[in-house]
Amino acid sequence: MWNRTRMAARVAQDIPEGWFVNLGIGIPTMVADHVPPDREVILHSENGILGMGPAPAPDAVNPWLVNAGKQPVTLRPGGSFFHHADSFAMIRGGHIDLCVLGAFEVAENGDIANWATSENDSAPAVGGAMDLAAGAKRLWVVMEHTTKDGAPKLVGRCSYPLTAMAAVQRVYTNLAVLDVVAGRGFVVREIVPGLSLAELQAKTAAPLHADA
Amino acid sequence: MIDKIVHSIAEALAGVRDGATVLMGGFGAVGQPDELIEGLIEQGARDLTVVANNAGAGRVGLAKLMEAGRVRKIICSFPRSAGSVVFEELYRAGKLELEIVPQGTLAERMRAAGAGIPAFFTPTGAGTKLAHGKEVREFDGRPHVMEHALKGDVALVEAWEADRWGNLTYRESGRNFNPVMAMAAELTVAQVHHIRDLGEIPADGIHTPGIFVNRVVRVARGHPWS
Repeated sequence: MWNRTRMAARVAQDIPEGWFVNLGIGIPTMVADHVPPDREVILHSENGILGMGPAPAPDAVNPWLVNAGKQPVTLRPGGSFFHHADSFAMIRGGHIDLCVLGAFEVAENGDIANWATSENDSAPAVGGAMDLAAGAKRLWVVMEHTTKDGAPKLVGRCSYPLTAMAAVQRVYTNLAVLDVVAGRGFVVREIVPGLSLAELQAKTAAPLHADA
Repeated sequence: MIDKIVHSIAEALAGVRDGATVLMGGFGAVGQPDELIEGLIEQGARDLTVVANNAGAGRVGLAKLMEAGRVRKIICSFPRSAGSVVFEELYRAGKLELEIVPQGTLAERMRAAGAGIPAFFTPTGAGTKLAHGKEVREFDGRPHVMEHALKGDVALVEAWEADRWGNLTYRESGRNFNPVMAMAAELTVAQVHHIRDLGEIPADGIHTPGIFVNRVVRVARGHPWS
């Protein structure tokens, strides 16, 4: 079973040089630490940054430079600032190659639920999740395969309020890497060593298809 | 001589009416015009509709204005964040109306208002509960939601520099919603760190041209977290 660091590293492995990438809060943010330094990947932040760099040393914090989670960050040479409408034009306009988000649930048709835990939560915080899920060229999700109680998070149909319809292309969990293929559903590309497809299926609430 | 520079917060906020829609720049604390926002408490306007990305944190700025009972409704993308205690209290007590808008749609609704576009279609939110009650139309085989322009009576923005024509620059990620809000209101007021002579800000480096700005007030303050 992969831990959070291993999951983040596994995502980073699949990001090629030259992509513009937006990373959500949580494990997605950790992906940045695992992109090799000699591979140029340009990170986008919703609040108007391209070329975002890692967190600064505690004594080098620039209070004017924060990421979408409002944490201090740095700017790489070549980076730029712009306003919110331009930032989301980059997202909605299909200029962002990849967005990586966490999720509560992903359905076999690519639906994603990651912003509200119930229909009755009247003040959920959506932030930029819906714009990113609907707008980025690719949406990958990185999340635990099941909830803490063992309930599957890969499902036939989302039970939580949707963030976007048919948006997810790939899911990285602590147990497997799966593609969401139109007309087929979840196709297993990789399983952690020692786990069988049948065991993975037992933790998944939608049919799994073997790679090939 | 055109001179948009005023010399007090009171002068900067003169004429803000009860029931006004007030756009407030900033993303978290960065680029948030706290002194202008708190100035509304003394200014006295009530029943305000506030448009901001967040619903305030701690007991300062927007949270302080809300705690003073001046805000009737808030339109934002991310109400709950670290320290949004005042929002939580008022919302739970039913003393605050809330409209949740996806962040990019929020920015684009204001950009549209400033650009004279009354409504637009966006794929964001299609098939979700934030699209309930809105017109949906297919373009290129995908459902899109109609969103209306969001205009402010007043915009309160924070900038780094200004000159007497109201030309503005912003500092790093302090830009965020500020330029978009500046263009979307009847009355735009900027609180700034530095006043420059006309011509001193390089023309190539102006982020918000003065056409979008009505008043400028210099506020001596430290960085966004101070």
